Amino acid sequence: MSEMTNTLLEMQNVSKEYNGNPVLKDVNFTLKEGEVLGLVGENGAGKSTLMNILFGMDVIQQTGGYGGKVLIDGKEVKFASPLDALKAGIGMVHQEFSLLPGFTAAENILLNREPENKSVLSLVFGDRANTIDRKELQKEAIAAITKLGVELDPDMLVSEMPVGHKQFTEISREISKSAIRLLVLDEPTAVLTEKEADMLLKAIKNLANQGIAVIFITHRLQEILDVCNKVIVMRDGRIIRELDAASTSIPEMAKLMVGREVSTDKPKAESDGRTISDKIVLSVKNLWVDMPGETVRDVNIEVRDGEILGIGGLAGQGKLGIPNGIMGLFPAGGKVVLNGSEIPLNNPRACLDSSLAFVSEDRRGVGLLLDESLEWNIAFPAMQIQNKFLKNYLGGLIKWRDQDAIREVTQKYINQLQIKCTSSLQKAKELSGGNQQKICLAKAFALEPKLLFVSEPTRGIDIGAKALVLQALREYNKKHGVTIVMISSELEELRQICDRIAIITDGSVSGILPAERPSEEFGILMVGKSKKEAM
Amino acid sequence: MDKAMELVKSFGLPRLIITLFLLALFVIAPFAGINVASSVTDVLGRFGQNAIMVLAMVPMIHSGCGLNFGLPLGIISGLLGATLAIETGIQGPVSFLLAILYSTPFALIFGWGYGKLLNRVKGSEMMIATYVGFSSVAFMSIMWLILPYHSPTMVWGYTGQGLRTTISTEGFYYHILRDTLNLRIGNLSISFGEIIFFALFAFIIWAFLHTKTGTAMTAVGSNPVFARASGINIDKQRTLSVIMSTWLGALGILCYQQGYGFVQLYQGPMYMAMPAVSAILIGGASVNKANITNVIIGTILYQGIVSMTPSVMNSLIHTDMSEVLRIIVSNGMILYALTRKTGASR
Repeated sequence: MSEMTNTLLEMQNVSKEYNGNPVLKDVNFTLKEGEVLGLVGENGAGKSTLMNILFGMDVIQQTGGYGGKVLIDGKEVKFASPLDALKAGIGMVHQEFSLLPGFTAAENILLNREPENKSVLSLVFGDRANTIDRKELQKEAIAAITKLGVELDPDMLVSEMPVGHKQFTEISREISKSAIRLLVLDEPTAVLTEKEADMLLKAIKNLANQGIAVIFITHRLQEILDVCNKVIVMRDGRIIRELDAASTSIPEMAKLMVGREVSTDKPKAESDGRTISDKIVLSVKNLWVDMPGETVRDVNIEVRDGEILGIGGLAGQGKLGIPNGIMGLFPAGGKVVLNGSEIPLNNPRACLDSSLAFVSEDRRGVGLLLDESLEWNIAFPAMQIQNKFLKNYLGGLIKWRDQDAIREVTQKYINQLQIKCTSSLQKAKELSGGNQQKICLAKAFALEPKLLFVSEPTRGIDIGAKALVLQALREYNKKHGVTIVMISSELEELRQICDRIAIITDGSVSGILPAERPSEEFGILMVGKSKKEAM
Repeated sequence: MDKAMELVKSFGLPRLIITLFLLALFVIAPFAGINVASSVTDVLGRFGQNAIMVLAMVPMIHSGCGLNFGLPLGIISGLLGATLAIETGIQGPVSFLLAILYSTPFALIFGWGYGKLLNRVKGSEMMIATYVGFSSVAFMSIMWLILPYHSPTMVWGYTGQGLRTTISTEGFYYHILRDTLNLRIGNLSISFGEIIFFALFAFIIWAFLHTKTGTAMTAVGSNPVFARASGINIDKQRTLSVIMSTWLGALGILCYQQGYGFVQLYQGPMYMAMPAVSAILIGGASVNKANITNVIIGTILYQGIVSMTPSVMNSLIHTDMSEVLRIIVSNGMILYALTRKTGASR
C-alpha cells in the first residue's frame, strides 16, 4: 500500500429515516486516500442507503434528506444529484450493468465524454457537429484499462463479452473520469466466476496503490479479508463494529452481521405447547427452479408435520425460488412428495388441489387483485379451487357467486387479523402494505391448507404490522396445526418464530439448524462457500 | 361543491359533456322544426339494432383481451348465418332463428381460432384484433363471390352467381323484432321486441359474470398472474371470452339487419367495430373494466348523437355535418379512452 496520509471521506453522525422508520443511525467513519474499505451487512442493513446518500441520489432528497455531515477533504458537501458527486470524484459501479450492448468497450468507457475533432460543420452548427477523435478515444480507453490493470480488448462489442469483461468495462468507465478519487463497488463479484473475481480483486489493489480509495460492498467475506484494509459491519442501520481486516476472521464478521443473541435456549415447540411429530409431511428431492435472479439448483429438504420451518439466506441465493417452483409459478424439476403422494410440478392447480397454499413475496404482482374488492381477493382462490362460497342451481350446472357467504368470510378475517379498511368492498390497492399483506394471508387461510408457504411476509411493511403478521402466522400454526414454511431474508425474524431454519446458499441447502442455535452459525452458513475456509 | 365535483368525477367528464350535448340537441330540435317524438323513435330503434354488438365488447374486456376491434369476425359469422338462412328459402320468423342457428358454429370456430391467436400476442391484443377484423373482411370479400349460393334473392342477376353487396331481408326477417310488441303513441313508437331481445342477452352476460367461471374470467383480466397462482388456466378463460364476444357479434349483426332491412356484405363489416367500441367507451367502460350499464348508457348516448346531430345541424346550418361529427365523436372517444387506463368501477 502507498502512504496513507490524507483523509478523503468522512461521515459524521449520518442518519436517515423513511416515513418515520429510521434506516440509518449515527453512522461515523473515515476513509483515507488509497484505502480499501469493506462494507458488509445483511440485506436491509442500510448499506445501499448509505451509498445513496454519499452519491446524492434523488431518492434521498425526495424522502426528506438525511441528518449528519458528509465531509470530503475536511469540507462538508451536500450533493444535490449524482452529477455533483461525479464532479467531486466519486464513481459508483452498480450491480446491474448500464452499458450499450452494440457499442465497443472503448466507446462505452468514454460514452458522452468522447474526445472530439472540430469539423467544417462545427462552424455552422456548433459543437454538436464535432466528430469523434477515434484515435484519441482508443488511447484514453486503453489508458483507463491499463490503470485498472486487467486484460480487456477495447474493440470488443459489449454484447459479445462475458460478464466479467462487462464488469471491467463498467469500472474502467468510472476510473477514466480524470478526477476519480473514490470508487464505490456494489457487489461487483456476485456475477463473476472465481477467476474473474480474482482478477477484479487484483485490480482493486492496483487502484488503491494509485491512491484511489475504494468502498467495496460484498457478501463474500473471504474477498474482504483478501483485499480490504478495514471492514465496517452494518446491521439495522448502525455500524456495529469497525474491524481491522488483517486481524479479523470470517466467523467474527458473520457473527457481527447477523447480530443479537436470542435468549431462549429451549426449543420453541416445548415452550409454547405445540406438538411436532416426526412425521414428514413434505419432502423435496433434487428440486431445481428456473426463477430469474433466484435460481434453485439442487434442494433437498424435509418438512415435519406441525412445525414452522424457516428458509433463510442472502438475496439471490435461491431461497425465493423454492416456494415459487413448488407452486408451479416458475419452471421447475425434481420430486416433491406431500403426505406420501407426489405433486406434479409446473401445475399451480395441482398444488392448490393437494392443499398447499402460497403467500407470494410479490404482493402487488402475484398476491392481490389490486383493482378488486377485499371480498374478491380473500374469497377468490377458495371459490375457484374448492368451490366454496358458491350456490348451485340446476343441479350444479350454474355455480352462482354467494355474495353473503363471501362477505361473511371477509368480515371474519378483517376482524381476526385486524385489517384496517373502510369496508369489505374497499379496493385492495387502497390499503397500506401491512394490511395488504394481511389480505394475502387471509386469502391463504381461506383455503384452509395443510401446508402453507409464506414468502417474505414482512417485506416492505412497518414494524408494528410486522409483529402482527408474525403473530397471525404463529397463532394459525398453533390453533390449526398447519405446517408453515416461511421464507425470509431477515434471520432474526425467522429465529423468532421458526422451529428450524434452513439456509440456502448458491441454490442448495447449506445447512439446517434449530432456531435456538447462536446466530453466528447461521451467518457462516449464509456465506456458504467460505464455510470450509472458515472452520 | 365538493360533492358536485365528486359526482362529476364518478360520472366521467366526457360522458357528462356528451350527455349535455345530447340534451341540448333535444331542446333545440323543436325550434329547428324537428319532431322530438320521431327523433326518440329513431334513437330507440338504433339502440335496439346496435346494443348487442356493443354487448359483444364485454366478455373480452373482462378477460383482459381489451376492446374487441376484431368484431368484424363475429359479424362475418353472422353474415354466413344470414346468407345460409336466406339460401334455404324459408321465410318469416323461422328464418331469423335459422340465421342464429347457422351462424353459431361459425362464431364458435372463428372465435376459438381468434382466441388462440390473441393468446399468443398478449399485450398487443387490440392492434392484432384490428387487423384480424380487416383481413377477415378482405378474405370474405373473395369468398362471397366464390361460394356456391343460388338463391335468386341474393346472387347477381346477370351472372347468376356471386352474392350481391346488399341483400334485402324483406320477406325473411325484416323488422322481425322491431314490429313485435310495438307501442305506438302518435309519432312515438317503441319496439319492446328489440329491447327485450337485448335485455335477454344482457341478463345472460350479467348472470355469467356472477358465476364461478365469470368470476375467474374477471380475475384473469384484472391480474393474470394472480389468477394463474390461484390455479386458473388463463388461456382457456381468454379463449372462452373471445368465443363469447364473437358469437355476440354474430347475433348483433343479425339484430342489426332485421332493423336496418339489409344484409351488407363485402366491405360492410369493415368499420363496424368502431361505433361499438366507441359506444361502450362513452358509456364509461375502460380498456379493462366494463359492465352492462356501460353498454346501455353508451349505446343510447352514441346513437343519440349520431342520429340527432345530422337532423338538427342540417336544419340549422344547412350543411351536412353529420358524417364529420360522427367520425369526430367515435374516433375521438376511442383515442381518449386508450390514453387513460382507469375507468369504470364495479
